[in-house]
Formats: sequence, structure tokens, C-alpha cells
Amino acid sequence: MNVQQSPLPIIVVAAPLCVAFILPLVGLWRRSAVFPLSIAALTTCFAASVMTARAVLTRGPLDYYLGGWEPPWGIAFHIDHLSALMLLLLSFVTLVVGIYSKRSVLHELRTKEVPFYSVYLLLVTGLVGIVSTADMFNLYVFLEITSLTSYALVSLGGGPAVVSAFRYVILGTVGAAFYLLSVGYLYSVTGSLNMADLAHILPDLYTSNAVLVGFAFFTIGMAIKMALFPMHAWLPGAYSNAPSAVSALIAATTTKVATYVLLRVMFYVFEPEFSIEMIPVTQLLSWMGAIAMLLGSVMAIAQSNLKRMLAYSSVAQIGYIVLGIGLANTTGFIGGVLHLVNHAVMKGCLFLVAGAIVYRTGLREIHELRNLSVRMPWSAAAFTVAAFAMIGIPPTGGFFSKLYLILGSIDAEAWIFVAVILLSSVLALAYFANVIRYMYFPASAEGDKTPATDGPVASHDAPMEMLIPIVVMALSILGLGILNGEIVSLFLEPAVPASFAQ
Amino acid sequence: MALESIIGHFNVVAYVVLMMVGFYAMTGKTNLVKKLVGMNIFQWSIILFVVSLGAKRGATIPIVESSHDLTSTATTTLQAAHYVNPLPHVLMLTAIVVGVATTGVALALLIRIHKQYETLEENELLERIRATAQTNTTETNDQ
Repeated sequence: MNVQQSPLPIIVVAAPLCVAFILPLVGLWRRSAVFPLSIAALTTCFAASVMTARAVLTRGPLDYYLGGWEPPWGIAFHIDHLSALMLLLLSFVTLVVGIYSKRSVLHELRTKEVPFYSVYLLLVTGLVGIVSTADMFNLYVFLEITSLTSYALVSLGGGPAVVSAFRYVILGTVGAAFYLLSVGYLYSVTGSLNMADLAHILPDLYTSNAVLVGFAFFTIGMAIKMALFPMHAWLPGAYSNAPSAVSALIAATTTKVATYVLLRVMFYVFEPEFSIEMIPVTQLLSWMGAIAMLLGSVMAIAQSNLKRMLAYSSVAQIGYIVLGIGLANTTGFIGGVLHLVNHAVMKGCLFLVAGAIVYRTGLREIHELRNLSVRMPWSAAAFTVAAFAMIGIPPTGGFFSKLYLILGSIDAEAWIFVAVILLSSVLALAYFANVIRYMYFPASAEGDKTPATDGPVASHDAPMEMLIPIVVMALSILGLGILNGEIVSLFLEPAVPASFAQ
Repeated sequence: MALESIIGHFNVVAYVVLMMVGFYAMTGKTNLVKKLVGMNIFQWSIILFVVSLGAKRGATIPIVESSHDLTSTATTTLQAAHYVNPLPHVLMLTAIVVGVATTGVALALLIRIHKQYETLEENELLERIRATAQTNTTETNDQ
């Protein structure tokens, strides 16, 4: 392995981190400078991610040693194909949501602009940090930065959001504490915290009880953080009560990053054989994922509030990703990661539209969305594209990731999972069709109770600052579908753990 | 045998007991402040455990006297068993800072909750949330 040294990964993390601490001062001086400065930081982060990804694609994994200390003594950042893809995804989504957030923050939070962007940038720091770092304890710190800032952002919603945020604090801390405990156990037997170093030392210790216990705690901790089905209690409240921009941001990023950590540790720090054979954790995860897919979808159907429906749909979608990871074969792995990327963009887009609807009309309930296609045509169209992707209609990204998941299940000869994926897609069709019906065909949705002739409804879509991010997200959903072959061959195939059977 | 392993792994037993106390407070108590205290006990049981990993019987602080004298060959006689492992302590210092920050955020949230709903009992809180949701929007909240 010829690993190249490069300062690019540190720029990705440092740009939002530095600006986050400068922002409060800038806010004292001139409040209007806060927003452009945050966008500049997010753009730098995105640009550095693109350059990192290009370097990784052309020359292989990148390393940066903090303070010049070589691992395993120092903390290193290590970017391989998988983390490069995650960096691109995270910096893109946070930039788009950041641009969108301006109007929404002015509308919902008014005077809290400065702390909002400061915390927002800290959250971005945590997210990209988790993806970049190659040190288990450093990962814990970034994980907690991410969690603490998301608690704060969720609580900005006021009222019930604060209660949801408190519940999130308790559960999130338990998850992080379990992670810390597992790091303690692994350190106690290996004496190392560096991921690559751990991967060298651990295979001789696979039978050690400390390693087994550490691994179990790790899995549960991450399952809480990513809201895998029985541990999802914090998610619906947090997503649905948070301010619009925050919902979009955390729905698209925080659970995805926790899933990434699970993936990274399960298949790269431990060997896949350990996760598959020593304790059948992958099988367990597949089953939990399958249950999450079904129950999450069923609960989503039962919701009348749009954001709450989207939140439960997230529970189901996490199930897809975990199922793909749990299949532990090449196709399943590709499907899982591809769905992770797709879901971040689709769910981000859906929450952005939900936010735009609240901004323009103040409506939160699904049955109130009558005639939205006339009132907000672009937003409704973007919502429809994202909903099609969630259901899995080609040529959106969601179709291809589900296709890979189904092929992966067939490879694993797990026919029941094929059935579950199809059934869950039908359920997704049920709850999204309901929304789309109200948006486009109110007459058929209402019986003929209130005919759609409330007089000609004027088209009054969201303002440009919100609409452009929404449309960009919708287009990237289509882009992810059209370019799925490139993503798989460039990023995912080199990232597949070498020892997967096929 | 069983007793020996309990005494031998005293730190493990201690952390598990503390952790369960914290877990009980988090799940069994309805008062949000008690839940928060439980969360703290839970976190700190883990911190104590990891700190105890670095301890060694009869070892001293990890400062090597001759370490600056690079020309001497004193390093060959160094025994790792003579020195306490400092790394877990340093790590837990960071974890404590994280824990303090979490507690701070949680307390701030509790103040906000108390200002708005004037209670910190979970069941009363849920009732009041439901009541305000109904008066505000005349819609039933499914929570």
C-alpha cells in the first residue's frame, strides 16, 4: 500500500471548525456577514472534499498525520474510497441545506441566526471528522460533537422540540457511552486506538472475551445512534419537532454517519469473518433491518403529520441500509452504501420541501396539502421526484440501490429479505401516494366533499433561496440514479472488503 | 473460584453495578432531573472503568527520569510494569469534558422545558404537551 500524505483532509475538517468559533465575534461586528461567511466555510469544505475525492480516485488513499506524529502513536486522518464518497455526500448536503436555511432561519428562529450557524458549522465539523479519522477515540469525540450540536439544533424548535431534544440527549448519550466502553475494552486487550493498527492486532485476539464484549457494546451503541428499529424512540420526535432546516440536515446526515461507523468498524477494523462467524451479528442486523423496514413503513402510514411521516419513513430506510450491510456480500454491501447515499439526498429533499411548505403556507398535516401542485408547483414536483426515489421507481437513485439490495439478498439466498424489500416498497408507495394524491388530485382524495374549485389558486412557490436548493437536491436524486454505475465502479467496488465471498 | 474472579475484577464489578444504578434511574424514574442524574452515573461508571484499566499494583507515575538524556542506555532497563499507563487517564479527561458538555446541554434543555411547561415530571409533561397541541391546532397528536 503506497499511502500518500496530503493536507487536504484536514482542510475539510478545519474550515467549518475555525469559522464556527469566529462566527460569534463576526456576529457582534456585523450580523449580515454571518451567513455569507458560513456558506464560504461550507463551500471550502465541499471544494476540499471534491479535491480529496479526486486525489483518492487517481492516486489511492490519503493520509494526514496530526502534528506529524505517525500512527499508531499519533492521531491520523485516513481517507479511502468509502470515506471519500461519504465526505462528498456530507459536504454537498450540508452546503445545500446551509443555503436553504437562510430564509427558514429568519422565518422560524429570527434572532438566533448567529448561534444557529455557529452550531451548524460545528455539526458539520463533527460529521466530516467522523468520516475522516482513523482513530477510535478521536471518532468518539467527533461523534459527541455531532450529537451535542444536533441536540442543540433540535431544541431550537421550541415547545415539544425541547422535550424531544432531551429524550435524544439521554438516548444519544447512552449510545455514545456504549461506544466509549467498547473502545475501553478494545484498548485493554490491544493497547492501540488506531484503526489500521487494531486491524493488525485483533485477529489473534478474536476469541478473547474482552473483544467480544467490546464488539457487542459497539454494535448496540451504534444501533442507538442510527435509530435501528427497537432503539429508534428518539428519532420521530426529534425529526418532526425540529426547525425545518435542522430536520433536513440531521435526517440526511447524523444517522448516516452512525451507519458509516458501524460499517467501518465491523468490516475494516474487525475482519468480515469475525462479524459474520464469531458472533452472527450480521445476520442479527439483517433481521433487525427487515423488521425496521416493515414496522417503520406501517407506522409511517399511520401518521397524519407530514414531517412525522417522513421521520418514520427514515426508520424504515435505515432498515434497508442495515439489511444491505448485514447481508455481508459484495452486492449487498454496494446496495447498502448506495442506499445510504441515496437516502441522505432523498430524505434531505423531502424535509426541505416540508420546510418550504411550512414557510409558505404554515401547513403541517398531510390532508391540508390539497392543491399544493398548483400553489407550489416546483416544490410539489421535487417532492414527487424524491417520493418516487423512496418508492424505488427508475431512473431515480432509489431504484438502483433497492435493485442491488434485492440482488444481494438473492446472492445470500435469503428469499425472505427479497419479499420484505418488495413489501416495504409497496408500503412506501402507500404512504407517499397518499401525499401525492392530496397534492395533485385533491378531488379523488377527498371524495367530492370539497371540490377542488376553491377558486383559481395563485401559484406562489417558495422563495428562490429555498427553491434552488430543493431543485438541486431533486436533480441530484436523478443524477444519482443515472450515474449509479459510475459511483459503484469508482467508489464502492474498490471499497468492498477484500474477503467478501463474491 | 467465583469469589476470586469477583475480587480480581473488582473494577469490572464496580462499574457494572454503577452502570445498572444509572440505567435504573434513566428508565425507572419519571422525573427528568433524575433521568439526567442517572445518565451521569451511567457515563461516569464507564469513565471510572477505563481509568482503572491504566492502574497497576506497585507502579509509579509515568515519568522517566533519564528520558532527556538520549545518549545513555537507560532505556534498556525500563520496565513497563513499573509505570502506570497514562493513556486511559488522558482519554478519560477528554471524555469527562464531553460528559460535562452533555450535562450542560441537558440542564439548559431542562430549564427551557420548565419555563414552558412548569413541570419536570414526565407524565404531567406529556399531558401538557398534548393539551397545548390540541388548543393550538385543534388536531390530535398521536404521541
